[in-house]
Amino acid sequence: MNQAKKEETPTHKIGIYLWIWGLLFVLSFFSYMVDWFQFQGLLRWTLILIFMFLKAGLIMMFFMHLFWERYTLVNVLLWPMTAIACFVGLMVAEGKYTFFTRLFYFVVGS
Amino acid sequence: MDQPTLDKLPRGWKSVPSDLNSDQTTFKGVNWGKAMMWIFLLSDTFIFSCFLISYMKGRASAVEEWPNPSQVFALEVGGFPVPLLLIAIMTFVLITSSGTMALAVKYGYEKNKKLCGYLILATALGGLTFVGMQAFEWSKLIHEGVRPWENPFGAKQFGSFFFMITGFHGTHVSIGVIFLFIFARKVLKGDFDTGKRGYFTSMKSDYVAIEILGLYWHFVDLVWVFIFAFFYLW
Repeated sequence: MNQAKKEETPTHKIGIYLWIWGLLFVLSFFSYMVDWFQFQGLLRWTLILIFMFLKAGLIMMFFMHLFWERYTLVNVLLWPMTAIACFVGLMVAEGKYTFFTRLFYFVVGS
Repeated sequence: MDQPTLDKLPRGWKSVPSDLNSDQTTFKGVNWGKAMMWIFLLSDTFIFSCFLISYMKGRASAVEEWPNPSQVFALEVGGFPVPLLLIAIMTFVLITSSGTMALAVKYGYEKNKKLCGYLILATALGGLTFVGMQAFEWSKLIHEGVRPWENPFGAKQFGSFFFMITGFHGTHVSIGVIFLFIFARKVLKGDFDTGKRGYFTSMKSDYVAIEILGLYWHFVDLVWVFIFAFFYLW
């Protein structure tokens, strides 16, 4: 057993964690402000998504150490997210169709 | 496990095909427990995605107007309704506990037993606060007549999605709090310094367990980021 190699567990400077922590607070504050100022429509949705993805990215990259993790693991974890994105796309279409048929048959009758 | 050849393996993008086509272990140099926790979190991601996607589909196809979360989750402070106040505090509490957990992982690897243990305890207390506030929120809404099948604010589907999604997330937080207390005790007892064998697994204790526990806790925070955005803010 190579002791020197076994002890080689990466610890990072405390500054990184404090910075990410602070950024998460600021971003959460911003996303709360989106509701506070009652932004509506496209602006609201864009801001919500931007802050959400920034927060999620920071948590995964630095708090969950994905930034320093072996590429194979990162790839195995992130590619399945495309399946979720496809599912979202399918269900957006399905939701619109259901909404349309409901309105249609509520008006026309079955 | 000893990985003497890790330095000689390709790095960066080239490591992906070479790792995936190699013998024995796919994730070179990654602790197996950590890899397994990641795989579990991936499956959990799919479960939460299914909940949030069904919520999206239910809301998109609701004919009645969707209740305005900004008003439904408002709290009265000095006679004025403050929108989403409790939810905002819950978000900040969870992020705080995520930060203390990240520091606990760092100090665990640096074999700083005391600081690591107390930071995990602080994380657990944050989690408890979160669950407590969620219980308060649930009872408030139930008092106002929100049920999985009806509510006084608008579309009937609102209640079932609310209880399902926040309930499943709250369950995760509660389980996390239990494990945080167990591991805080183990750390402060010094099990990770002596390498004492675990009760269930009879494997030698190692501070990597704190990172694995941290992964779970950060994931709970991560899910809340999405719930906060899609359920409360949208």
